[in-house]
Amino acid sequence: MKCLFALTFLALAGQGFAADDATIQKGEKVFDYWCATCHGPGNLPGTVALQTKYKGAKPALLSERTDLIPPVTKTFVRKGVSIMPFFRKTEISDADLDALAAYIARNNKAPTR
Amino acid sequence: MPPPGVNAKDFSDALKQFEEAVGKEWVFTSDEDVALYRDAYSPFWGEPEERVASAAVAPYTVEQVQAVMKAANEYKIPVYPISTGKNLGYGGSAPNLSGSVVLDLKRMNRILDVSERNHSALVEPGVSYFDLYRHIQERKLKLWVDVPDPGWGSPVGNSLDHGGGYLQPMYRNHFDSHCGMEVVLANGDLLRTGMGAMPGAQTWQQYKFGFGPWIDGMFSQSNFGVVTKMGFWLMPEPDAYLTGTVSVPKYEDLIPMIDILTLLENSGISNGMPGLGSPILGGFMMPQRAPEVTEMLQKDGVESASLHKYAQDRGIPFWSCTVKFYGPEKAIRAQWEYAQEKFSAIPGAKFKDDEFYKFPLTPDQFNKVHKPEMGIPSLEMFSIGARSPYNPTPGQGHIWFSPIIPRTGEAVLEANKVFAKAAKDFGLPLLSFSLPTTYWMRSFIFLFGFPITHDIATNKKNRETFKQVVRVAAEHGWGEYRTAPAYQDAVMDTYSFNNHALRRFHETVKDAVDPNGIISAGRYGIWPKHLRETKA
Ligand code: HEC
Repeated sequence: MKCLFALTFLALAGQGFAADDATIQKGEKVFDYWCATCHGPGNLPGTVALQTKYKGAKPALLSERTDLIPPVTKTFVRKGVSIMPFFRKTEISDADLDALAAYIARNNKAPTR
Repeated sequence: MPPPGVNAKDFSDALKQFEEAVGKEWVFTSDEDVALYRDAYSPFWGEPEERVASAAVAPYTVEQVQAVMKAANEYKIPVYPISTGKNLGYGGSAPNLSGSVVLDLKRMNRILDVSERNHSALVEPGVSYFDLYRHIQERKLKLWVDVPDPGWGSPVGNSLDHGGGYLQPMYRNHFDSHCGMEVVLANGDLLRTGMGAMPGAQTWQQYKFGFGPWIDGMFSQSNFGVVTKMGFWLMPEPDAYLTGTVSVPKYEDLIPMIDILTLLENSGISNGMPGLGSPILGGFMMPQRAPEVTEMLQKDGVESASLHKYAQDRGIPFWSCTVKFYGPEKAIRAQWEYAQEKFSAIPGAKFKDDEFYKFPLTPDQFNKVHKPEMGIPSLEMFSIGARSPYNPTPGQGHIWFSPIIPRTGEAVLEANKVFAKAAKDFGLPLLSFSLPTTYWMRSFIFLFGFPITHDIATNKKNRETFKQVVRVAAEHGWGEYRTAPAYQDAVMDTYSFNNHALRRFHETVKDAVDPNGIISAGRYGIWPKHLRETKA
């Protein structure tokens, strides 16, 4: 947890402008390719797991979340959690990950970068 | 940290040559980047024995692979090729030998050919089943890919590791359904197998054997070369799909039920992957087991006379078998009818029509079906270990114990006795009764998941138990078909006919084709000479 707090702090410090549309679109593509197979709608492992974890307090679909700031998303993608493995840079490059995190954060009230 | 036996200068010189070959940004050396090559499902997670890479290099072309291999050979750098690196539960993207440089072929993701007339494809190692499926869908080709579960691995990697899928038997065995390879050897030389060995041959994906010894098998579950292209046979999209279930009343009926199933499969009548079940014992895809059945099972095991009487009194069948058919509607309806005739030889056999689909599926059907049985890749399989109402505190993955057993009812019953006893002896959660999986046509395979945790003591205990069950299985003549690097030596040890003649042969080949022992040292229990000597 400690590490997530530190990241949150960094993110706030780094806040500025929202990601542009092209980045978000690119991020959506990365999401559809790498994440939607587990986190898309339906009886998929990521969606069911997050439904079970939050019991509706947060959307089960990652793409509908408004609380995942980019550093948090990035940490999960590079560290994994439970049965979700981490992803190598030949799969999701740093640039792709920036876009992916911006896509997930696109509806956040707080900063998207 | 340089690889074992390599000095810092040679390592840095080799890395420089790798950079020259593939570009600086595709050689990964920082701790942070190299950590991404850890096996997410490692049974050694966080222990000193965890197998970790020293660096990774990601070529984009065959020529780059050749250049990397030449440099690695010159500096004697151990390399460990991976294709998509998604072989989770069987090692993922981590090497057998700590300190190896992972040769990450993910960027080589070209689909070089898909032929709708020949029903075949030629792909590079970085192509995933999803990629190939999407490529076919976008072009509206009437072709199905036999996908494993989960489907984000690569046809090349999965078939080289002897993976399996769900369609017709000739496609279900992914190595069997390949046709032709291209391989980079340890010295950087380039080889094509089958008809690919003839310049200008137009039948690389049509005839496997070419001329002379067929050596493709030597590049599977091994470390003799780096496969950079592979051809595959694809299944023509069928008109329709039909499944029906036969259930039989008595415990002993398992034996004739399986014999009839085998006859139907080996004659090509039932051509989908059959599913075995037990309505009385319950389990996967079956009704839940009644509490009193659990009690009887715990008391007297599956042979309990009171359990048999309980089932008979209530008319609950002991066993069931779902048979599946792909083909023209008229033909598969007739095949199902014929199957029912055959199963009727078992007194009290009952039949039920299950699914029937025509293709393409409607969106509703698409959401409902077990996708791999329709050649559709999916990651739904991960639900088994993921958090859910049934599994509120999920683990960190799994590893499979997967012995091959004879395709008879007797063997299934005996294996259950043996594994139940082993579970008791080794303090594993008691398996009530397991039915084998039917990937392969001619044999059965049991699949037991061992959980992976991030708790070192638990993992240690599970590793010991795993080796014990491998040994127990081997005592009965049942061998693993595939295993994670952590257990490859232990499993190879059980294939010991004539003082390990097979392994000695592998070692002779290894020393001849890879004299510096640089490719995937230790993979599938094959160690190069210099490491055999230090091990001994
Ligand atoms: C193999 C299936 C799978 C894939 C693919 C996958 N995930 Fe996950 N992910 C899961 C599961 C399961 C969980 C829930 C873990 C748990 O039970 O806490 C999860 C959790 C997460 C979480 C934590 C959310 C929270 O509030 O706890 C994030 C963020 C996440 N995933 C992002 C991603 C992204 C981004 C991708 C694509 C790059 C991705 N995942 C791909 C299975 C997957």
